[in-house]
Amino acid sequence: MAVGPATLARPAPVEGRPVTLRGLLEREGVFSWLMLAPGVLFLLAFVAYPFFYGIFLSLQDRRVASEGVFVGLANFRTLVRDAVFWQVTGNTLKYVAITTVLKLTGGLAMALVVNQRFRGRNLVRAALLLPFIVPTALSTVAWMWILDPTFSVVNWLLVHGGLISSGYSWLGNASLAMWSLIVVNTWRGMPFYGITLLAGLQTISPDLYEAASIDGASTVQRFLYVTLPVIKPVLIIVTMFSVIFTFGDFQLIYALTHGGPANATHVFSTWSFDIGMSAGLLGMGAAVALAILPALVVLIIGLTIYLRRE
Amino acid sequence: MIGPQGFLARARALYLPLALLLVAMLFPFYWMLITSIKPNRELYSAKIMPLVVHQPTLKHYIDLLYETNFLTWTYNTMLVAVVTTLASVVIATMIAYPLARLRFPGAAVVAIGIAATYLVPQPLLFIPMSDIINRLELGNTLTAVMLTYPTLLIPFSAWLLMGYFKSVPRELEEAARIDGASRFQAMTRIVLPLCTPGLLSAGIFSFTLAQNEFLYALIFLAKSEVRTVPIGVVTELIRGDVFYWGQLMAGALLGSIPVAIIYSFFVDYYVAGLTAGAVKN
Repeated sequence: MAVGPATLARPAPVEGRPVTLRGLLEREGVFSWLMLAPGVLFLLAFVAYPFFYGIFLSLQDRRVASEGVFVGLANFRTLVRDAVFWQVTGNTLKYVAITTVLKLTGGLAMALVVNQRFRGRNLVRAALLLPFIVPTALSTVAWMWILDPTFSVVNWLLVHGGLISSGYSWLGNASLAMWSLIVVNTWRGMPFYGITLLAGLQTISPDLYEAASIDGASTVQRFLYVTLPVIKPVLIIVTMFSVIFTFGDFQLIYALTHGGPANATHVFSTWSFDIGMSAGLLGMGAAVALAILPALVVLIIGLTIYLRRE
Repeated sequence: MIGPQGFLARARALYLPLALLLVAMLFPFYWMLITSIKPNRELYSAKIMPLVVHQPTLKHYIDLLYETNFLTWTYNTMLVAVVTTLASVVIATMIAYPLARLRFPGAAVVAIGIAATYLVPQPLLFIPMSDIINRLELGNTLTAVMLTYPTLLIPFSAWLLMGYFKSVPRELEEAARIDGASRFQAMTRIVLPLCTPGLLSAGIFSFTLAQNEFLYALIFLAKSEVRTVPIGVVTELIRGDVFYWGQLMAGALLGSIPVAIIYSFFVDYYVAGLTAGAVKN
């Protein structure tokens, strides 16, 4: 192919010259929008439209297979007077807050342990990430059996270890069920924190630690004044993402407890499923789902501001 | 240099916590495996030590394959995952390329829109989506999930790919353009080949997300012949009144294997995709 003179041989488009199809396609704006169009139209139709349609539904008394009636904010007024709504709010906050703290500390510990030099490190890293990549519904089924009321292996270990005299009903007791969910969610999500934070730790230059050691810093001081400041941005971003996704968690809770016993483990997603899908009250279900929106908007704005500043 | 004291220190800082972590993370998989090969008399007896298998059997696997629709579910899951992954990576590439490398009016709005669609959680959309799918008369068809899964896969893939596309030096593309390559050719022949690792990351991530999807499949696929593995296992193999745990664990284990195989081959790409959002290169 010709190099050099070809640059001169390609004149800039001049006014009045006939516009060819190829010339049009070469324009940055035309080319860009042609490329974008399929994806943008698809996301408008299947994300933006359902989102606004959901807001519209939440203002209606709408049942499956019948016409909706506009009722304004009546659904929301019913909700705030419903004790279950406040129980579900409490459950959701508890679930998100406690799992986030556990996943963050556990993940950080995991990253620090795996960040040491040892043989087979890549294999260990791959194995530790397994809970995160295996389909959640399927691994949750294994947990159902681990926590089975009659044949729980946890109970077997505790009884045979002499710690308790008879087994607990891990999923049948209201407060134990919530803690069981928290453990399973932590098990599933901790590797995400661990592996991402590990990638952050690996960006720290060994020189920094050496310099700190020469200055007489202890292990704890090196962690607080070298490690933590460097991985802080990663830590914050990972946590924000994880919080956003934990707010939307559905399948783990649906598979393990269905929100029971007696609403003790319902969160917004499972409760709105029960109302909207099982009971067929689409309007009310949409209103329940929208209850997470304010918290979500705050989180997303926070994340955006933080990413902009970085 | 490593004397007994060095070994003790290393055991405390490395081997002991590492062993604890591995046991905690892998025990449920071990439990799945041994439950699936235990005969019923071992599973449902309080007297037999449960941590190992005494007399392994493949009965649960045979029952699973012959008495349930497991193979159909597996076929459905693979078909949906492959189709949605390919479609999503192509569309995400078409979104990410102009956003990462070209200047045009509206770019900022589109970029923010893509990020927003990534962060909108599924529970906010499933009720209106169910109404839309009903009106399109797509209930109980795989088309329903093939249309909805890309809403989860495209935003993430596009976001991931933008990072890779930005990293290709502008000069390479300019040289090709000077030699007469069109914009499209510059993209497909110069930038995309250099971003193969990114395309692989996006593909693997999308594939695992598609295999993991639960909520849309639960709502749209109510007939056994069209179900995917997670839905089939949770809704049909859990039967309250009979002993079914062996079969259930066999199903959970077999259902996890496709993801685990793909993952083990491409673990580095998967980790790169996972960390791309959070760690800057």
